[in-house]
Amino acid sequence: VSFARFVIAAAVCAFAATPAAAERIVSSLATHQVFITSQFIGLDLVLFGSVERDAATVPHSGAYDLVVTVTGPKESQVTRRKERVLGIWVNVESRDFIDVPSYLAVLSTRPYEAFTSVDLRRRLQLGLERTLLPQQIGPDLADVVRDDPFRQAFLRLKTARHLYVENTSGVTFLTPSLYRATIPLPAVVPVGNYDVDLKLFADGVLVGRASSAFEIVKAGFEQFVAASAQSHGTAYGLATVMFALVTGWFASVVFRRD
Amino acid sequence: MEIYLPIADLPVNVFLILGMGLAVGFISGMFGIGGGFLMTPLLIFIGITPAVAVATVASHIAASSFSGAISYWRRRAIDLALALVLLCGAVVGTVAGVWLFTLLRNLGQLDITIGVSYVILLCSVGGLMVLESVRAILRERSGQRAPLRRPGSHTWVHGLPAKLRFKQSRLYISAIPVCGIGFIIGFIGAIMGIGGGFILVPMLIYVLRVPTSVVIGTSMVLTLVTMAVATVLHAATNHLVDVVLALLLMVGGVIGAQFGARASQKLAADRLRLLLGLLVVAVGLRFAFDLILTPHDVYSIRPMEGS
Repeated sequence: VSFARFVIAAAVCAFAATPAAAERIVSSLATHQVFITSQFIGLDLVLFGSVERDAATVPHSGAYDLVVTVTGPKESQVTRRKERVLGIWVNVESRDFIDVPSYLAVLSTRPYEAFTSVDLRRRLQLGLERTLLPQQIGPDLADVVRDDPFRQAFLRLKTARHLYVENTSGVTFLTPSLYRATIPLPAVVPVGNYDVDLKLFADGVLVGRASSAFEIVKAGFEQFVAASAQSHGTAYGLATVMFALVTGWFASVVFRRD
Repeated sequence: MEIYLPIADLPVNVFLILGMGLAVGFISGMFGIGGGFLMTPLLIFIGITPAVAVATVASHIAASSFSGAISYWRRRAIDLALALVLLCGAVVGTVAGVWLFTLLRNLGQLDITIGVSYVILLCSVGGLMVLESVRAILRERSGQRAPLRRPGSHTWVHGLPAKLRFKQSRLYISAIPVCGIGFIIGFIGAIMGIGGGFILVPMLIYVLRVPTSVVIGTSMVLTLVTMAVATVLHAATNHLVDVVLALLLMVGGVIGAQFGARASQKLAADRLRLLLGLLVVAVGLRFAFDLILTPHDVYSIRPMEGS
């Protein structure tokens, strides 16, 4: 009797965890560890997978839409605004953005308006415009209105450096259930842990959600140099000076004329 | 050929960096200056953060000034005693400069201070050099003899107490102006991230009346020591010296410096000073335009300190 009760409890749990007859998203990244070596010039990381349905899944009239959000390690940035003072341009005002993503990519099958309501877009923070970017305002941390000039400048400058990416045709369904997306990682991408969040939509509602992750690390020589600079600063500095002296001496010997 | 820089955290073209080292090295060898005031803005221009650029350029200047110093040493064109006294002043100046640097950064006015001081310093020093050398060239054209500047000729500077004898320079002068000049160089170097050779050379010539033959070699010894110390300090405190970038710059720099030193022997001294003056003014004006012209974007982002 107790065994039967356990099975029922487990079944109820499973039922609660996955909403009624929802789709299951299967995803796979080309790699879970991106190595930065001396040849690193950026990378297009491939994400692919499929949408699994079973007999209980409610049939949908339209095709699936998928939104992939990739979030890099958190960082704090100060955004400054210049103004002309006595003829020269001086930083007059600044805002601190606290714990915002250092890298952010939002890829989707179509423009969000085509498959979500205003309310749903806001609630799920779909796209760069709706991503939470907390600013230090007095003693508090809060996001501001979307057309705040500092917020817009921050997004614009991050996008210009290819660290914030938005592509509303960045996810393709190869078959009705098989999808593929490429995550563009620029050369200046910061090292750390990256979260990949997948949201599946059908008939204007969220029908499934999944997540994955990858890591960007320095490897080999790059890792050795970065680690030495951090942990043995003085020795590292002395070694650099030694290089400078040897290089200087070598040149004066090679090019000696007398 | 791209190579990823482990500290600067971005890939750069190897040949571009070598070429930049070569070009700046040529200029530094030609005029006997470190070239930091050229290299630091160039590195920032290709996307390297100012902090990494300043820290890394120090080691590049150390390499090219050592290579230059060796060849001047062989020609017995270095006044070690003079360099030592200058160095005493420079050490105090560096400490004072680092103190002011920290103060200004806390006040949030560091960028504008650096920008304005670059403009004032480069334009005034460069302008004076241009004026002086044009006057010398015109004098020569009109057939007049240049007024002889013997090592013995005196100004008010030479009346100060605490005199020291500098054999190599054939000078017997007070240690006060020598230390003072060293202080100014150290102070400016710490704030602006430059070796200061282009200010030191004219100061030694015009204020102390050091013979031109030993000025460049002596200036190089001072630059070598201050930049070597700066490299170790930057590496120990900020961990921002990129050794890969430094090596590329050094290799280009020392080769360029050798050719520059040879090219300088083919040019008359006043024409050389005119060229250097024009170069310095040009860089100063470039900074002035950055301050005056409407920027492409009035907003800028930068990582927060200590995050």
